[in-house]
Amino acid sequence: MSTPSKTDKAIQDLLRRAAPPRAEFEDLVIVPIFAVVAALILGAFTMLATNVELATIGQSYIALLKGSVGSLNAISETLTAAAPLILAGLGLALGFRAGLFNIGAEGQILMGGIAAVITGFSLPGLPFVLLLPLCLLSGALVGALYAGIAGWLRAATGAHEVISTIMLNLISYRLLDYLLRQPFIQREGRADPISKSVPDNAELPRLLDWLDPNLRVHAGIFLALAAVLVVYWILYRSKIGFEFRASGASPDAARFAGMRSGLIIVAAMATAGALAGLAGANQVLGVLDRATPGFSAGIGFDAIAVALLGRSHPFGVLLAGLLFGALEAGGRQMQVDAGVSIDLIGIIQALIIVFIAAPLLVRAIFPWGFRKPADVRKE
Amino acid sequence: MNVELRGITKSFGPVIANSDVTLDIRAGEVLGLLGENGAGKSTLMNVLCGLYQPNAGEIRIDGRPVTFNGPGAAIEAGIGMVHQHFMLVPVFTVAENVVLGVEPVGKLDFLDLKKASDQVRAIKDQYGLEVDPDALIETLPVGVQQRVEIIKVLFRSAQVLILDEPTAVLTPQEVEEFFQIIKALRDAGKALVFITHKLNEILQIADRISVLRQGRITGSGDPKTMTTKDLAEMMVGRPVSFDVTKQPFAPGKDLLKIENLTVLHENSEIAVNQINFSVRSGEIIGIAGVQGNGQTALVEALAGLRHITSGTVTYQDHDITHSSARARHRMGIAHIPEDRQRTGIIPSFTVAENMVLDTYYDTRFSSRGQIKWDIVNEAAARGAVEFDVRTPSVFSAAGHLSGGNQQKLVVARELSRDTEMLLAAQPTRGLDVGSIEYIHERLIHARDEGDGVLIVSSELDEILALSDRILVMFKGNIIAEFENGDGQADKNEVGLAMAGAAP
Amino acid sequence: MAISDQTTPNIPMKLDIGEQRQARITGTVLIGLSILVALVFAMDSDGLAVFRLSRTTDALPLPNLAVPAQSFNYLVSAVLAFLGVRQFARGGARWTSLSLGIGMAIAVAAFLVWATAGKSFSLTGMLQATVVRAVPIALGGLAGVLCERVAVVNIAIEGMLLAGAFTGALVGSLLGGIPGLAAAIAIGGLFGFILAALVVSYRMDQIIAGVVINLFVLGLTSYVSSQVFQEYRTLNNAPVFRAYKIPLLGDIPVIGPMLFQQNLFVYGALIMVAVSTYYLFYTRRGLRARAVGEHPRAADTLGINVYRIRYINVTLGGMVAGFGGAWFTLGSVGRFDENMTGGRGYIGLAAMIFGRWHPVGALLAALVFGFADSMQQKLALLQTPIPSEFLAMAPYIATIIVVAGFVGRARAPAADGKPYIKE
Repeated sequence: MSTPSKTDKAIQDLLRRAAPPRAEFEDLVIVPIFAVVAALILGAFTMLATNVELATIGQSYIALLKGSVGSLNAISETLTAAAPLILAGLGLALGFRAGLFNIGAEGQILMGGIAAVITGFSLPGLPFVLLLPLCLLSGALVGALYAGIAGWLRAATGAHEVISTIMLNLISYRLLDYLLRQPFIQREGRADPISKSVPDNAELPRLLDWLDPNLRVHAGIFLALAAVLVVYWILYRSKIGFEFRASGASPDAARFAGMRSGLIIVAAMATAGALAGLAGANQVLGVLDRATPGFSAGIGFDAIAVALLGRSHPFGVLLAGLLFGALEAGGRQMQVDAGVSIDLIGIIQALIIVFIAAPLLVRAIFPWGFRKPADVRKE
Repeated sequence: MNVELRGITKSFGPVIANSDVTLDIRAGEVLGLLGENGAGKSTLMNVLCGLYQPNAGEIRIDGRPVTFNGPGAAIEAGIGMVHQHFMLVPVFTVAENVVLGVEPVGKLDFLDLKKASDQVRAIKDQYGLEVDPDALIETLPVGVQQRVEIIKVLFRSAQVLILDEPTAVLTPQEVEEFFQIIKALRDAGKALVFITHKLNEILQIADRISVLRQGRITGSGDPKTMTTKDLAEMMVGRPVSFDVTKQPFAPGKDLLKIENLTVLHENSEIAVNQINFSVRSGEIIGIAGVQGNGQTALVEALAGLRHITSGTVTYQDHDITHSSARARHRMGIAHIPEDRQRTGIIPSFTVAENMVLDTYYDTRFSSRGQIKWDIVNEAAARGAVEFDVRTPSVFSAAGHLSGGNQQKLVVARELSRDTEMLLAAQPTRGLDVGSIEYIHERLIHARDEGDGVLIVSSELDEILALSDRILVMFKGNIIAEFENGDGQADKNEVGLAMAGAAP
Repeated sequence: MAISDQTTPNIPMKLDIGEQRQARITGTVLIGLSILVALVFAMDSDGLAVFRLSRTTDALPLPNLAVPAQSFNYLVSAVLAFLGVRQFARGGARWTSLSLGIGMAIAVAAFLVWATAGKSFSLTGMLQATVVRAVPIALGGLAGVLCERVAVVNIAIEGMLLAGAFTGALVGSLLGGIPGLAAAIAIGGLFGFILAALVVSYRMDQIIAGVVINLFVLGLTSYVSSQVFQEYRTLNNAPVFRAYKIPLLGDIPVIGPMLFQQNLFVYGALIMVAVSTYYLFYTRRGLRARAVGEHPRAADTLGINVYRIRYINVTLGGMVAGFGGAWFTLGSVGRFDENMTGGRGYIGLAAMIFGRWHPVGALLAALVFGFADSMQQKLALLQTPIPSEFLAMAPYIATIIVVAGFVGRARAPAADGKPYIKE
């Protein structure tokens, strides 16, 4: 038998971390870069096909750059757009890790947002330090409850969350329309569906308005950063995160290990919903100041792309959220400067996900960027 | 029809599955191809039936070299394969399965199912293979399903039949019947390849034997002049002892007591029907039986993974009938699940993560909702060394390990904590001989230390070698019980009971 | 050797515990409905509910159906109570599903009677609208059936419908209705082919691939409609296929307006359902396709080209969805609006599940959804006390209930959603 020292050495050997293989680097870094480049190129082709002149295409991509990072205002806009994308994207990423394909961020944003607004204008007397957290909390809570419905349906009946969350999105639009017409929510003297305003002491404070009152960036970006750290801790340090990841990677093995799958599904869905609800609260408390029909403006769907591009990893989501925020802010500039519809950004975002989710496709298009499959095998 | 394989080499990336293999398959003869799990038998035969393309070497039929660019081409050339995992569509009828790919059609691509049934009937009459062409596959017992596979191959006028581990799912009596069919086919002039890792079966049925080890042919010969000992050595590459040494049988008191246990399948059919038995400490109970007679449901029910419809389960005087899996686990019941890839490990998780898959919540490994990864990794490395799990690091993905190492990982996880009762379902299925020996050793070690052990296995030899007491399950009932504390159980009698013949 | 004294083996029996539980739940639901109908609908109903069955111009006019609202609803409540109580009695368990179906149907009838009480309402008009509104859902569901039978989950139906609607409008405006329709079918087929390529050849996750196609089509069609259609309105002004009354059959009361006074899309959907049923269940190609969906490796070992069959079926499914998409523009309003499909593709998927992966089942399920859809629209005219937003939610809530209630019972193709990796 081996001596203790020999055993100890064997144990130490096993505890050594190998450098990440090159394949992983390619997957995490090269594929996303190529995906973005390819999507921009194809976006240019789309413009060409719709009769946009070459000069305008160049101009529009310059505007895209200028509008996203070209000035302090541009950076402020990028961060403002990125904050809700990061928050909702984190929720979706957490869901993906737990094996849940939650398409319902849009509805959860709406429900969370309206809850934050109602809390805000219902308690105008409370001081800022109480009211803002309360508004954020109610947003997160209602988002969690709304997502929890889909989680519960999945856990109790096996109804696939893709269909139920999409239906919950469609329901949420109607529900919001209905709520916005209720006397205690609708703004006085208005016939159209629009809520009362959030009082000033419930708003997320602007960060740079002392420099220029037009700089919209607000404390929501810190909220997003904090959420990145919290989600990282949940997924990779906490017990519940271990359960999320286990049941996402292999529901059967998780069940056999004594984890309660139904509870985990509901918990993961609710956590995801809480983050999306926070994104909604972030929008109404930081940017919009009130709720209107469809105020989520597609953030919930863009967040799917953010989560996929970020490889469902919190830090990846942060970077992807910043990129998409930049595309969003730049896209608005593009529309103004070059007259190209901001809907083009939607196409580019979809293309980015295609390339991200089908690495084989990227490898087929850019064969020189990767080692040959034969080399990969030898690892 | 004679088929020659000449210098066949097949690799998957860095893994060489077959290296320079040469074989002759002759009409009117049964060629036995022996090799342990992972020796490359199935790969070789998949090359022969066109599913894989070889990297080097050639296949000749009656002297002419041929290349198969797909299974269709091999079928056309007269080579048919009966796969280890049946290639039958469960929701189709027998006839639909048989004619799939060569269907009789009328106008407008109309599928003539009546004609298909008649064609199946003709084959069945010609070779005496009893089966109802219009029965749904999922309603048929495995023995009959196997007949359907053979009809499928004959229907395509195969001259060469490859049978990949055909007896794995059969009772000893069904095996006898099956050998009759093989002999009939041989006498009808077919060439047969019988692939197995079971030594006595190959000696019984083969006219010629070739042994495959680590992708190479390591020996060939005439079964009349060979013994199981020779074959085992050729197969494993070293002398193998089939004996296990265990302490004298000295059972303690009842540890796990099962009374009138009834458990249902997902479709509400009864899987386990009012069974009674108990497991004592220091005792290995072996549950013998052909797969699909309720063993899986029994183990899952005992592990807390399946609802118990009626009856009670008592563990150390606690009623645990409706306790959760986690609660039983905490009380010291360990479980080695039967499907390690699906339920035993998570392939994309690291070795360390898998090592605490069902103990991560323990105060040793976590506090205040947070997992203490340093301690987990350390413990995982210790477990890997102690249980001989060969992995480059505890941070490697468990899916990259070999089957044997994955199973050792599961055993390490389950046995490296305080357990008193071990449920082991198919603990050595699909493993190489070295890993099997190691896991047997560990199970016996647990028993010698005073644990109660319940083993479910469809390998009768394994049950006979390990168990102190053997229970035979058939259609959800325990139909026979044999004492085996000194290895006194009669293999034949156990086999008969497995086939449902209650003595 | 000791022989256990336990019972000798017998054939597996069934314990009907699951069925009993289901019967109890069904019974509770039915009794709940009975109370709801009695307390809400019956108490609140007054006078006659008049249902118009024919228009005065019809060849064979039927008289109006006048129902005394309150008595009718009390009767419905009693029937529901009877059905519900019977579920708890021994032996009633056998008719569980049927009782639930009947119960739901008469509860809806009671609801209609309540809403119509004291007014008059065109029942035939609603049924006609039911069929019309079922068309895109049925075609979406059929597209789903064609794809999932070969084990490809097609979440992209929504995008394919949208692409079909868009292309139908664009090409229809330029070249006319028939070329527009052909182009819509072609574009649907193209996206089907792309989906097949992504999931079969590039092994992308099927759900992600579907979601991405939906996002892409939404982005592209929104981009073009704001970039191009705003400026050149003539590009978004397509001719609409008018209803064509089939002689004689179209004159049958109620049934005639429902089925035989419709436009090309209704007839097309019915024909496609029939052809698909024949294809999937009565032909050689259908057998092979289903084998690929159930056990691709078995099919592969028999020399059947799994990938090719998946490509073909998913492309066909895309073409069906493209045809269904054209309904939104060429079959109704003639112009394209952003995101005008409004989730019909997903409802189509629910119809496929509800319809147990069978074309005819999907059609029947689509009719249920179409009914919910047309009911909410027609009820808006009756001015019920229920807010219109809640009526508008009805189809979506129905979808959730269907998916939650039926997913466990119906069996999807065994390999559904799993990529097949050839070695």
